[in-house]
Amino acid sequence: MTVRDIHNDPEALTMTITAEFDAPIGRVWNLWENPRQLERWWGPPTYPATFVEHDLSPGGRISYFMTGPEGDQPHGWWGVVSVDAPFQLEFENGFADESGVPDVKMPTMMIRVTLSEEPTGNTRMEIVTTFPSVEAMEQIIAMGMQEGLAGAMSQIDEILA
Amino acid sequence: MVVDNDRHRKADLVFHALADSTRRDILSRSMRGENSVSTLATFYPMSFAAVQKHVAILERAELVTKRRQGREQLVRGDLDALHYARQLLQQFETIWQGRVERFGDIVNDNLRKGDS
Repeated sequence: MTVRDIHNDPEALTMTITAEFDAPIGRVWNLWENPRQLERWWGPPTYPATFVEHDLSPGGRISYFMTGPEGDQPHGWWGVVSVDAPFQLEFENGFADESGVPDVKMPTMMIRVTLSEEPTGNTRMEIVTTFPSVEAMEQIIAMGMQEGLAGAMSQIDEILA
Repeated sequence: MVVDNDRHRKADLVFHALADSTRRDILSRSMRGENSVSTLATFYPMSFAAVQKHVAILERAELVTKRRQGREQLVRGDLDALHYARQLLQQFETIWQGRVERFGDIVNDNLRKGDS
């Protein structure tokens, strides 16, 4: 288990996930910086991600699509707000149409990633996701269910069966 | 631990209830106000009985309550706004849990292979 802690704050509408890796900070940063590494983990095995654009600089645009088991391809984008390699990255994450154009009708969330070096040489990663409203959370989660949660849900269904 | 098992069982029921898009929509409407099952049934391309079944699953997970008024069954959300936000965040957690686990596997894999 890599995940150390998950903290939800329903008043602030934030989710904070903390993890620690037995690896130097540069290697951990590489998984955000290198699109070929990023696409190995962003989508679940049932919805692998392909990053089409990847400009990890302030104001830069990152666009991707995921490919589902039925051939469906939900698209998404990041708008990079700030970068301080290899310590911090902040971006807006939203949905896009089939041609990769951001869907302005869909809500977005803000994601802030902070990496730090532990005295042990390990790297700590903290990811804070902030939602603009409960309605936005409903919509984002409904979309996420299709992709990210599909696998987890079928496992739960098996447990319950 | 019995208490822990109960809590897990409850979480599973909630998780299962929210895994379906129709049930999420029913819950979302029920959080905004009280609706009869027959009103809810008009929103979805399925039978009254099927909608009733979805409501029963939400009820079992203690996300909505049902009361009878004449011939109607009225459904309303059984969560305060904060609790509802918490439920939503718990759903969202799953996405990042998966991502961070895969992230960890790749970091370890890269270290073994020695590539950067």
